Amino acid sequence: MNLLEIVLALPAIGFILTMLIPRSQDFAVRAFALAVSVVAFLASIGLATGFQFGQPGQQFVHDFVWISTPEIHWHVGIDGLSLWLIILTTFLTPIAVLISWKAIQHQAKEFFAFVLLLEFGLIGVFAAWDLFLFYTFWEIVLVPMYFLIGMWGHDRRIYATVKFFLYTMAGSVLMLAAIIYVYNLAGTFDYAAILSQFQSGQISLNHTEGTLLFLAFFVAFAIKVPLFPLHTWLPDAHVEAPTAGSLMLASVMLKMGCYGMIRFCLPMFPAAARENAWWINILAIIGIIYGALVAMVQPNMKKLVAYSSVSHLGFVVLGVFSFTQMGMDGAVYQMLNHGISTGALFILVGMMYERRHSLAIKDFGGVATAAPWLATVFLITTLASVGLPMLNNFVGEFLVLQGTAQANFTWSAFAAIGVILSACYMLWMYQRVFFGNASDDLKHHMPELNIREWVCIAPLIAMMLWMGIYTQSFLPAVSETNSRILAQTSRAVISAVIPAGGARHAR
Amino acid sequence: MPVNFAPSADDMLRFGPEIILTVAGTLLMVLDPLFSRRLPRIFGHISIAALIAAIFAAISANGLPGFAFSNLLVIDGFGTYFRILVLAIGILTVLSSYRYLSREQADTGEYHALILFSVMGQCVMVTANDLIMIFIGLEISSIASYVLAGYLRNDKRNNEAALKYFLLGSFATGFLLYGVAIIFGLTGSTQLPAIHNSLRDPATSLMVAGVAAALMFVGLAFKVSGAPFHIWAPDVYQGAPAPISAFMATGPKAAAFAIFLRIFLTAFDRISATWMPIVWIVALLSMTIGNFAALTQNNLKRMLAYSSIAHAGYILVALASNSDFGTSAAMFYLAAYALMNLGAFAVIIYISGKGEKHLRIEDLAGLGQRQPFTAAMMTVFLLSFIGVPLTGGFFGKFYIFRAALHSGLTWLTVLGLLNSAVAAYYYLRLMVVMYMHEPGEVTKDLESPSPALKAALVLPAIGTFFLGILPGAVLTFTQNAATFVK
Repeated sequence: MNLLEIVLALPAIGFILTMLIPRSQDFAVRAFALAVSVVAFLASIGLATGFQFGQPGQQFVHDFVWISTPEIHWHVGIDGLSLWLIILTTFLTPIAVLISWKAIQHQAKEFFAFVLLLEFGLIGVFAAWDLFLFYTFWEIVLVPMYFLIGMWGHDRRIYATVKFFLYTMAGSVLMLAAIIYVYNLAGTFDYAAILSQFQSGQISLNHTEGTLLFLAFFVAFAIKVPLFPLHTWLPDAHVEAPTAGSLMLASVMLKMGCYGMIRFCLPMFPAAARENAWWINILAIIGIIYGALVAMVQPNMKKLVAYSSVSHLGFVVLGVFSFTQMGMDGAVYQMLNHGISTGALFILVGMMYERRHSLAIKDFGGVATAAPWLATVFLITTLASVGLPMLNNFVGEFLVLQGTAQANFTWSAFAAIGVILSACYMLWMYQRVFFGNASDDLKHHMPELNIREWVCIAPLIAMMLWMGIYTQSFLPAVSETNSRILAQTSRAVISAVIPAGGARHAR
Repeated sequence: MPVNFAPSADDMLRFGPEIILTVAGTLLMVLDPLFSRRLPRIFGHISIAALIAAIFAAISANGLPGFAFSNLLVIDGFGTYFRILVLAIGILTVLSSYRYLSREQADTGEYHALILFSVMGQCVMVTANDLIMIFIGLEISSIASYVLAGYLRNDKRNNEAALKYFLLGSFATGFLLYGVAIIFGLTGSTQLPAIHNSLRDPATSLMVAGVAAALMFVGLAFKVSGAPFHIWAPDVYQGAPAPISAFMATGPKAAAFAIFLRIFLTAFDRISATWMPIVWIVALLSMTIGNFAALTQNNLKRMLAYSSIAHAGYILVALASNSDFGTSAAMFYLAAYALMNLGAFAVIIYISGKGEKHLRIEDLAGLGQRQPFTAAMMTVFLLSFIGVPLTGGFFGKFYIFRAALHSGLTWLTVLGLLNSAVAAYYYLRLMVVMYMHEPGEVTKDLESPSPALKAALVLPAIGTFFLGILPGAVLTFTQNAATFVK
């Protein structure tokens, strides 16, 4: 059992133990969940310090046969791409626990148990190197999120959670079909082995097969991202979810889709990915602009942030499918940035909901006079989200735009509109909520940040600055992995253009 | 062929489970007048003891593989697997019946005796190597289930269920028997390997064999409730006593699938090109009709009846793939399905109350708050129905669709998997009601489940996780067992 597996096992054990604590021990449940998630975070820092930068391939690998027929491996490991996503997960989970401390009163035991189960599933998705194992974790994530939204959400929670589950399920069954199809060709679920078979030409796909398999994977991931027009579950799920649910959903779960595209779609089906990139990029750009425009007219803060996610994640997809080093680096960096800054926005909106029991922008106004620290923190987060230099999102957006410009300048030009629009809707919302005259009622109900809330938000603000100023801490590991994935895609494209020499796998 | 009419000691040992069940069943009938007033629970204890003894007998019989009683029976891994499966289904049925029977004040020896006879018939079916034996086993099993479906004779719904089941069931058996007769006329034998061999003879008319196969297909599709021969299932499952519905949807179905596989993959192996497209269509129809009809149901038993039609469709996908992979996947799926279905029905038995008054989906409202343990168990079964990883239902689906893709049934796989996404909706609905609705009147008054019912909930849940997390052992067994004696 290596460090990675310890990080993975902690939340799973925590889930089971939390379920076993008697219901009456309310404080014990919360404290235990917090302790487990903090320990998991501390352990995951060990992953970063122990990570050998510049060394190709996965690290912290553990591989053994889980099920013998068909051979399915427990194969976990991390590379530069998954490292930061795992740390993002473990970093945000204690915050998710802490932010729910007061807000969750009924059936607290199940709530905190499900948060830990969610963490387990998310880490697993990023650590799995066996297609089957990946799918297992991918589906496990659904269950706790389904309950988090459905049991502790707002008024329309049931509609939102069922929609969320069915959307994701519909996408992932197609992915399952594709995984089995690939297995029948390659005879293994081991991702590294499958990739090497693809690249050596041991298995080659004809054009239709390649396109359909690519689409089966891609649609499952695109639903999770979510890419326009498959995004409609997202605003509902976000608005109805409790704060911790929105936080984990926006910050980590959406990244599962982006991660899947980079990890699986590009290396396995490079030819199909390049061939289909044009319409994917167009959809991404539509998503960027459409998300921004819709965000602008939202009367509800949480919905506004949700649509801004659609817009931000359009950048990620655009960066991935630009097939340039810079674009992909920017995409991955943007995934992390979005996790931090949108996560912070959801937390802050949640705090304001706890104070005012409303999410409508018109119910606020003049909050800055009542709670100046809250306003300051919110401002920093807003500026990070709109991409102010020195803060994290700027780096990601800049890299994506530059990388895309290398590939196709028109795309880049259109995508840049989204950056401008994001400034519009975020600042306009800020103005309406925080400036103006505060009503007496609002002054009465808008206390300053308390210590617990400071503990939740301060680390995120610190990360925004760190990631905005000193990118060298994070980017090299990402670029290194991306350059390898990029090399895999281009080399394979060349071998696919030359009439396939590899013998087709006997069926 | 020299015929030795006196069965050898080995033959008796190979027939051990059936002997034990018959003796125990008869004993129950004799004991009924003595204990039915004073100690009604003892019948259940005796049947469980007999079923456990039969499992051990089945395991020891597996140590003596081969033919028995002049090739009428064949003891192989396939038969042993199904024997153990139907016996385990019997145990879980009895466990969930204790509370039901005492609630309905209908605890008699004959109920348990009938269950034992039915299971015994299923044991004969799954080890039969001869069409006549298959027919005898099927009839023993079916007749006992006809009676069980109408067990509460003062209940109108029970009577309706029993009558429907009996009339349509006999009709279907007629089709099967007609097919057997034609095959006998064509090949001069009722033994499966002999039929297999004579169909390989170019002189045999494959057209006539096809007709016989079609007739037997109709009969068997009825027994496994594959669309369009599924019409009886919702009414019968809804009307029969809840433990018996659970039993009928799992035990007889598993046994019927066992003979389905055995007949079509051994005797009719030669004409597989003819029947495979038909199975393809029936599989797709069953999945689609079952799932879409279940979407609109409000009655729990009826919903699970349609879901059982859909699951029969998934297993037919495995049959359509016509390979060892498919056989092994079907075997695995039947076990996984039996566990989750019996577990879900145990929850229904628990909440339905005397006279099965509370069967609406809304009656589950707030179960998660009132009875968190039972609700958690139900959640496990529902997740397994949906096919979420780490449950037996997921691995079952996975193996089935893997077998189908291996045989090139890409479209059937895609449609089947999309079907399972549709199905998620109605299973989720139960979870929504259990966890996200305020407790209703029904769940407010519930007492904790009795020990036997707890066992009927926990054992399937453990089994579901076992099949979902460590399916290796079972799967190795099914794969070794999936090659038939031809």
